[in-house]
Amino acid sequence: MRAIVIALRSLSREWRYGELAVLLLSLSVAVGALTGVGFLVDRINRSIALQASEVLAADIRVQSPRPLSADNEPMARQLGLRTARLTTLLSAVFHGDVNQLTNIRMVTDGYPLRGTVTVADTPFAPGTVTRQIPAPGQAWADSKLAAALGVKIGDNITVGARELRLDRILISRPDQGSAFQEFSASLLMNEADLASTQLIQPASQVRHALLIAGERPQLNAFRDWHAQQAGQRERMADVSEDSPQIGDATRRAGRFLGLASLVAILLCAVAVAMSARSYVRRHLDAVALMKTLGASRAFVLTVSVTQLLLLALAATALGSVMGWITQSWLISALQGLLRTDLPPAGLQPMLIGLLVAVAMLAGFALPSLLQMTRVPALRVLRRDVGPPTPGAWAAVTPAVVAVIVVVYGTLGDAVLSGWFVGALAAATLILGGAGWGLVSFTAHSRGGSGVAWRYGIASLARRRVESVTQIVAFGLGIMLLLVLATLRRDLVTDWRASIPANIPNYFFVNIPSGEQEEFRARLTAQGGKVERMLPMVRGRLVTINDRDAHAVSSSGGPAGPDDGPPQRGGMADREQNLTWSSELGDDNRIVAGQWWQPGDEGKPLVSLATEFQEELGLKLGDRLGFDIAGERITVTVASFREVKWDSFKPNFFIVFPPGLLDGAAGTYMTSALFEPSSPGEMTDFVRRFPTVSVFDVGSLLAQVRSMIDKAVTAVQSVFVFTLLAGLTVLLAAVQASRDERSYETAVLRVLGAQRGMIVRSVLTEFSALGLLAGTLAASGAAFGGFMLARQLELNYRFNLTFWLLGVLGTVAIVGFTGWVATRSVLNHPPRSALS
Amino acid sequence: MTRDIVLKAENITREVSSPEGLLTIVRDVSFHIESRETVAIVGPSGAGKSTLLAMLAGLDLPTSGRISLAGQDLTTLDEDGRARLRAEKVGFVFQSFHLIPSLTALENVMLPLELAGRSDARQLSADMLARVGLASRTGHYPRQLSGGEQQRVALARASVSRPAVLFADEPTGNLDMATGERITQLLFELNADSSTTLVLVTHDRSIATRCGRVLTMENGGLR
Repeated sequence: MRAIVIALRSLSREWRYGELAVLLLSLSVAVGALTGVGFLVDRINRSIALQASEVLAADIRVQSPRPLSADNEPMARQLGLRTARLTTLLSAVFHGDVNQLTNIRMVTDGYPLRGTVTVADTPFAPGTVTRQIPAPGQAWADSKLAAALGVKIGDNITVGARELRLDRILISRPDQGSAFQEFSASLLMNEADLASTQLIQPASQVRHALLIAGERPQLNAFRDWHAQQAGQRERMADVSEDSPQIGDATRRAGRFLGLASLVAILLCAVAVAMSARSYVRRHLDAVALMKTLGASRAFVLTVSVTQLLLLALAATALGSVMGWITQSWLISALQGLLRTDLPPAGLQPMLIGLLVAVAMLAGFALPSLLQMTRVPALRVLRRDVGPPTPGAWAAVTPAVVAVIVVVYGTLGDAVLSGWFVGALAAATLILGGAGWGLVSFTAHSRGGSGVAWRYGIASLARRRVESVTQIVAFGLGIMLLLVLATLRRDLVTDWRASIPANIPNYFFVNIPSGEQEEFRARLTAQGGKVERMLPMVRGRLVTINDRDAHAVSSSGGPAGPDDGPPQRGGMADREQNLTWSSELGDDNRIVAGQWWQPGDEGKPLVSLATEFQEELGLKLGDRLGFDIAGERITVTVASFREVKWDSFKPNFFIVFPPGLLDGAAGTYMTSALFEPSSPGEMTDFVRRFPTVSVFDVGSLLAQVRSMIDKAVTAVQSVFVFTLLAGLTVLLAAVQASRDERSYETAVLRVLGAQRGMIVRSVLTEFSALGLLAGTLAASGAAFGGFMLARQLELNYRFNLTFWLLGVLGTVAIVGFTGWVATRSVLNHPPRSALS
Repeated sequence: MTRDIVLKAENITREVSSPEGLLTIVRDVSFHIESRETVAIVGPSGAGKSTLLAMLAGLDLPTSGRISLAGQDLTTLDEDGRARLRAEKVGFVFQSFHLIPSLTALENVMLPLELAGRSDARQLSADMLARVGLASRTGHYPRQLSGGEQQRVALARASVSRPAVLFADEPTGNLDMATGERITQLLFELNADSSTTLVLVTHDRSIATRCGRVLTMENGGLR
């Protein structure tokens, strides 16, 4: 307790000596980098959990293409759960002569069980929340449908054999995803009208769903009960099993940003170690005195550890504020990629920040403090007596353990952590070696250019270890920022410029069968350059070599008698777009097997894109069974194709020979280079073909570019912490050399040096440091850009202006910071430093 | 009247290794000091005075021989044990004051009392600072005080816990003559007030003569 009182009292007084301020700053930057990423990932994760239940519009959704078991709903209700039914199908909706292919959704009272529906009186207006559903005989069309049909509230529309009155405009519903089908228009109506539409026919593509919501124990009870029902083939989607794709993406993004923040954290750890060493050096006398006055080793240690823990707490608070600001900035930088209404973050990232701060102190500061407590009391009489030299293991082991704890704790993956530490160690060694060489070289070039220059360079060379440490710290931070800037400025721009001007800029999907030639003719007449027109049917891969495809792909087992490469699920789980074609486009290249030969027409063969082959581990001769609109066909893999997707021409993973699926023709798709002469031209065109969905490639590309831009901005924001960490290392180094600098400045002043000369020598020292760090960083970034360009198969051009900016920018930052950090030393009167 | 023996050195020798080989700094020294005695250790530079003082106060251990302080054999105690004994029985005044720069004058004086767990540290320390004439400087930091004032704070710190033995190492060595004289006066007054045993190392003959006994060292031994 006494130790804590003394620790508290002296903490504020210690402030003016600077080491604690640098310690606090280093820890805060580390915590800021960590929590900035932590808060963001936490908010996204919470949003995913929330979104998942909204996407389902329920906690659990039981669905099937067949009518659901009649036992489900009574069981759910018996368990005290809320339920609603949802039946969906794709069909045309008519108003007079106009029709539109529509996703028709028939619901019962209570829909949606999670999330909200908003409605309005006019299309594209802001919606208001409603808790109701359309009454029988009424329907709510979404804005797209209303616009396409040209209807307003009160008009009648025809759905199958039933006429309904348009009652509201549907602005949003929770279960509107971004899946392909959802691009179509949608209509919400009451399930009571289902039978009278007569839309449910034996071959119609209808999906039945039971929505369930309630408390988790009851939901689990329902799940268990449902799983035990014999012979049930109903699929269950549960919000508790978060969407694996979104979850994985967040985890990956989180890890990537985590890696970026780790660089900053470890650099800060270097600053912590430097500050701790200089703190200890200054406290040796005081500790010897305390021991002379009767303090035990434990007491001295308690005082220091208490101060450090208080610092860790303060740094967590300060760092978390920095982290919070950072994540707000990241969210605004990632606008468009993330929802704007993310739920607030929890406190867990702060707690992790505190743990990391404590781990950094334990690994990088505690060994020095333990050493300090071993200083003998005799030092009060003999200043040459210091603490015994620690063993190499005792000094290094805690730091190594702390690095492992911090890295593994942040990444949560042993292999990735190993790679990261290895790569960082290699980069540090290379930068350190190069830095050492440059400092040595510079040291030899100090003659002949005046006292200030000579003295500045001599300072740089004399504190060689500190100089190289600063060069590595700055070099690493600035290099990472420059690599990303290169990526954004050069590579992405180059990539966009590399796309030829005459490639298609529009995709057209859902062109009705029979209208494809008219569509082509009209578009060509309006100046469009139309590419090949391919039929498109939906189908699901159901068997691979006569075994259940889902079981084969999800078990990771072999697709056939011979073991193939490891397999993953996905391709076998979802409906695919299928096509047939006699021609092999010039953007396709056969890499195995043969394209259709004369006489292959109508034969049960298939040609697959290499991506599909790789995902399912298929080989030539494998037999694939497809379910196409309820019909089963089995085909043999005849060839694999490498597809140049960026030709922006219609392409499919799965292509059959002509003559095999002719009866199943659904719709057609194509792409075209088309420059509408007026904005209304495309609208008129779409109105002529209302079922056709149009995708503007130009805007999609712009979207991709903006996404890359945003992602790079986010990573760069995290790397700004690396730069800050470099600054803390510089401050720590200046702090450590403070007494020495005061003394040297005083001697120079006593010998008659003008203040200007001393300032020039300091500027020389730090500018030279910045020059060396900047040269290394800019050259490393150029090399990194070259490697990245090779990896991405892009052309890399060395940009001298960019290189020079990198070097000069670093000189300016390091020179200025060094001058600011040493200013107080320069202002020290010579008498006080020498007394 | 016999007085208690507070400090006893028996055949103590201190050797250190140096580039020239083993160096004997204190050679086979024996003596004892009784309670409330005032003893000066004098001798030329390099005679081993400070090393002897360090061993007597338990800051250093002899290579051979035994030292007992207030009945405790220092050579059998570990570092923390000796620290505890110093907290209870010893006060110290140094040539270069050795105040903790981050603590105020009052806090510097409070330190030994706080280390000994005294709850009345603040009041006792304020009284002691008043006693040495620094009542108006309690909130000042060492750097805001003159050399004489700093040594008065150090004297107050050494005396405030009423130690059994007060050690002083060249207490006026860093002060001008007039200030040194005032400090010496104060040192002996405080010692008389608290009936403390005083052991001081000095070059200054005038201080030595004010002590009850003078031990003269030469080449590591007592003359």
